[in-house]
Amino acid sequence: MTTTESRPANPGRHPGLAGRPGRRPRFNSAYLFIAPSVILIAVFIAEPILQTGWMSLHDWTIGEATHKFVGLANYTALYHDSRFWNALRVTVVYTVFVSLGQVLLGLAVASRLRKTTWYSSLLRTAYFFPFIASLIVVGIIWKFLLDPQVGLVDAWLTDLGISPPNWLQSPSLALPTVIVVGIWKNAGFAMIVLLAGMQQVPAFLYEAATIDGAGAWKRFRHVTLPALRPALLFTTLIATITGLQLFDLVYAMTGGGPIFHTESVVMYLYEKGFVEFQMGYASAISWVLFVIILAISAVQLRVSRYRDVD
Amino acid sequence: MSTDTTPALLAVTVTPARPQKLTGAPHQVGRALGRTGAALSWLVVAIGGLAMILPFLWMLGVAFRTSSDLYADPARILPEQWTLHGISAVLSQLPFIHLVVNTFVFAGGATVLLLLFDSMTAFALARLRFRGRNVLFVLILATLMVPFQVTIIPVFLTLFHLGWLNSYQGLIIPRATSALGIFLLRQFFMQLPTELDDAAHIDGAGNFIVYWRIILPNAKPALASLFIIQFAALWNDFLWPLVVSSNINMQTLPAALTVFSSQSGVDHAALMAGAAISLTPLAIAFLLLQRYFVQGVAAAGIK
Repeated sequence: MTTTESRPANPGRHPGLAGRPGRRPRFNSAYLFIAPSVILIAVFIAEPILQTGWMSLHDWTIGEATHKFVGLANYTALYHDSRFWNALRVTVVYTVFVSLGQVLLGLAVASRLRKTTWYSSLLRTAYFFPFIASLIVVGIIWKFLLDPQVGLVDAWLTDLGISPPNWLQSPSLALPTVIVVGIWKNAGFAMIVLLAGMQQVPAFLYEAATIDGAGAWKRFRHVTLPALRPALLFTTLIATITGLQLFDLVYAMTGGGPIFHTESVVMYLYEKGFVEFQMGYASAISWVLFVIILAISAVQLRVSRYRDVD
Repeated sequence: MSTDTTPALLAVTVTPARPQKLTGAPHQVGRALGRTGAALSWLVVAIGGLAMILPFLWMLGVAFRTSSDLYADPARILPEQWTLHGISAVLSQLPFIHLVVNTFVFAGGATVLLLLFDSMTAFALARLRFRGRNVLFVLILATLMVPFQVTIIPVFLTLFHLGWLNSYQGLIIPRATSALGIFLLRQFFMQLPTELDDAAHIDGAGNFIVYWRIILPNAKPALASLFIIQFAALWNDFLWPLVVSSNINMQTLPAALTVFSSQSGVDHAALMAGAAISLTPLAIAFLLLQRYFVQGVAAAGIK
């Protein structure tokens, strides 16, 4: 009609004009560009979040004809579920130690390898290498490295005259062992992000600090650390979020054992949802996990008062 | 290793307490201590670097040695006698070729689609005007905070109803976009000068031409980084393929290797050969394209 008459040119060809007030474009090709991602995000992320919440209010067991509405019963059951609390404790302990460990180790290594020489490049590659391997491959390698019969670690300890403990079968040692492997796996990630942060610190700051008589520690404390705040926050945040999602590593190394001593929240979720098919209960677990992750992200962002300078 | 070009500065983080004292110490003693501290810290960092690589060397060693050799002397890293038994065993005990193909199709297919869809959306967000653009961007950012485990149950049910479980489309399609990819590419596209687009528009080029001929070619480094980190993440992904594919012929390497590793009396050589083969493509890509790996990870970090 009038629109078509007054706009002979194809509006899609002139995006600068398309958005100007007064003329409504017949069709904006921008929608074609966003359509695939928007549809995928809507169907596979946005709607499922809401559906998980909805399902968590039902007794939604696969194979049963009806899904009875039970209100908050799944959540109250979760509150009294000692296996859930155990999984939460395991997950939080793992997350705290692995986050701290990987950030501190990454920081130490990054500050040592800050200058680019052939040997520091080599060492950076070495430290980053475990990060590109899958948690499954890493878990499998370590499970057998720590094996009492074929494992290198136990064999070497025996050669040194130390009788090795039963790393992954011992209730008190299994989780710490998984934590050490988690740090070993992820330290390279923290190192890379912190190195990138360090390389953005202008050299004159160090020169100025040296002229002012600042020693090595003071330069690190007052020049490097403040400049690294955003990178430190980012690595801690990512480490925390991925730590709370702990699954692959324990699945490969211990299967959650011995007797649930390394069972994580996501593992319990998987067990309830995809082994026992109690989807309602599993949905409640995933919503609790979601809320915890959101809350921790919000707190970490607020506490460190992180604002991009630019 | 020589430390004369590297001041004691970096020694600090490894042994924080000592260099602090140094600042007050007399010059010569301080310098000597600084040298020793730096050398010590290099030693510690080098040993740590070795500890990062040793488990992978051991994996390779086990993959190429016989079971009796391994049990006889587990303290050795490399085999006494090399054998290809592990490789042939993993090929016969698992549908290994299938698993490799599945993992490639899943990780490769999803990554290619993801780059296409994410770059299209990022282009629209960075360059085009349309209603709801800001709302859309905020919503996409919000989904960054959503852990994937929260969506997995309804997505599983959706795939079940579509009949997509145990299929490539089931594995790939839900993974074919990512909020992080859109975000990173949008940031990169916004840094590209708009003069190029304007010139093309004046020459009569449409949005699609600008996207395909101008934006994408100029964004190659960002696309390469995103490709590599995304491919690696999907190649290594475990929970998602585990949930979507229960059929061993549709599984990917991580899931199948895990099941294989927990069998009693597992063939260690076969298992480690499988682990080594599953690590090889990423290891090669990493060693050849380290720059893009590092840039991808660092870009996500610095934002």
